[in-house]
Amino acid sequence: MNIFVCVKQVPDTETKVTPNGDGSFIETSSIKWIMNPYDEFAVEQALQVKAANADSTVTVLRVGGVKDTEALRTALAMGADDAVLVESADNLDSYMIAKALKGAIDKTGKKPDLVFAGKQAIDDDCLQVPQLLAQMLDIPSVSVVVGFEMNGSKLMLKREIEGGSLEVYEVETPVLIAANKGLNTPRYASLPGIMKAKKKPMAQHSLADVGVSDSDRRVKYSQFTLPPEKPAGKKFEAMEEGARAGVVKEVVGLLRNEAKVI
Amino acid sequence: MNFEYSTEQAEIKATTMKFAREVMMPKASEYDQSATFPKDIIEKAWELGFLNTCIPAEYGGVGFSAVDSMIITESLAYGCMGMNTAIMANDLALLPIVIGANDEQKKKFLTPFTEKPLIASFCLTEPGNGSDAAGLKTTVKDGGDHWVVNGEKMWITNAGFADLFVVYATLDPSLKHKGICAIVIDPKESTGIEIGKPEEKMGHKCSDTRGVRFNNVKVPKANMLGAPGEGWKIAMKTLDHSRPMVASSAVGGAQCAYDHSAKYASERQQFGRPISQFQAIQFMVAEMAMKIEAARLLVTKSAWLVDQKLPNTQLASFAKAFAADACMQITTDAVQIYGGYGYSKEYPVEKLMRDAKLIQIYEGTSQIQRLVIAKEIFSRS
Repeated sequence: MNIFVCVKQVPDTETKVTPNGDGSFIETSSIKWIMNPYDEFAVEQALQVKAANADSTVTVLRVGGVKDTEALRTALAMGADDAVLVESADNLDSYMIAKALKGAIDKTGKKPDLVFAGKQAIDDDCLQVPQLLAQMLDIPSVSVVVGFEMNGSKLMLKREIEGGSLEVYEVETPVLIAANKGLNTPRYASLPGIMKAKKKPMAQHSLADVGVSDSDRRVKYSQFTLPPEKPAGKKFEAMEEGARAGVVKEVVGLLRNEAKVI
Repeated sequence: MNFEYSTEQAEIKATTMKFAREVMMPKASEYDQSATFPKDIIEKAWELGFLNTCIPAEYGGVGFSAVDSMIITESLAYGCMGMNTAIMANDLALLPIVIGANDEQKKKFLTPFTEKPLIASFCLTEPGNGSDAAGLKTTVKDGGDHWVVNGEKMWITNAGFADLFVVYATLDPSLKHKGICAIVIDPKESTGIEIGKPEEKMGHKCSDTRGVRFNNVKVPKANMLGAPGEGWKIAMKTLDHSRPMVASSAVGGAQCAYDHSAKYASERQQFGRPISQFQAIQFMVAEMAMKIEAARLLVTKSAWLVDQKLPNTQLASFAKAFAADACMQITTDAVQIYGGYGYSKEYPVEKLMRDAKLIQIYEGTSQIQRLVIAKEIFSRS
């Protein structure tokens, strides 16, 4: 079985994000990168499927910068067989990333049976790449998946919907599954795993190699700025009975004319 | 010259720190207060390859460099200095085998540790001999086709759970260090081993510390490491390897105290502002950061010398004394920065202060390290 896992490298959750000098993107030079936490569930599920199915391979894919390949290396150390990196700037939009992933899968010459991804990346929170990629691969997709059962080519997937209820899907491979927290408990990269990962193959392509050009861009980022700082709150004193009516009038006036919320 | 971790080392750091934060830290206080041996945590750590880092690849180990194992130890001590003592004690006990054993002994004694989460104990100290280790009184006598060991050991880490003891004993106390032997004792194949009650300690409470008595214990001839009388040499080489490791655990404990302190100082408000804005606090935190960096560099260099197969006795003692003393001061200041809360068991720093104290004592006190350093200096002049 050919299993693919898409991973993204995102800033560590404790990073204080700031715009870069000219506001064209965020400042990335001092960021500590980690694997997108939702992608860890995707990698773990792929490895569990591999363990249960002889002759399966798990290939991890990533589109992004080459300076730091933390996410791919972590996936290899966890037990994935090989990795593909499509080298690019960090500011691609969802469509370009999905197209690059599709191109990278095609390049392997393997027909995917299962494609895993995290349901969203915790940096830009777009929630688009898995669905776009499934469309491009012409396979069904199920997102926000918290339950996974596999029997031959048949899958029973549970996905979380509003209000904490679950939808149950029966699908057949090939399928793309976008993982949510709760799907499994991701394993740690073991130290022997880390040492073995050194020797695992990592293919590298340019965007052009996988058929992506700047004309594929759907979203242009015009400016990155921090949100304005919140002004201090206002406090109104109305301890005396007689003053209350006046204070209420003042507050309602401010809510209507200044805050413009009523 | 390069101060950067390799990619693998950065990953070793990331995965061990993740384990320290997610698995060890949440249990540290509970295991400390109930003095529970962290068997479950040791087993999880073993599965991930965090134990027995000294075992060479040809005997089933992962094949870490000494610098790699410093990174692992620092992370695990960050998670809990007490749990790390239990974990590190395995390496301390297995190192004499790595250093002094023949191929057959290495296969026999080391490989099982790569197959199962076994526990080992290093038995050097005695009730009457701590710093004066060469004055030990436990004897080993030739019994014909076996050795016979008699004597009493004290402060033996992991003793209550040990699957293997590495025991130092003398052919004749009057021979001093020239009579000392290192011998492997398998408790399952021996009779006459008496394990004492767990000691009640100030810190490292979850690590198991006991006295062990050997009463006419028969040991196969094949269990002697090196030639009879070579034990002292093996013990000293072991300490050259293990002291950087203990120093690294001090760095981990200190880093943990520093991280807590810097965070708390930024959050705690007094006189209308975070206390991190007061110079009195800033100086303490700055001192912490400076000493941690210096200690880590000493640790790394003393381990790097091991990897280069160069003498490191002096550097190992620099690292051990400096890091242990720094850890004591840093954890004490952490309690000071937390104030009343720091003195309470509700907060994590009082435990760090109790744990730090032991690192100035075991594996050669801070004073013994200075003696070693002075000896290195004056023996050359």
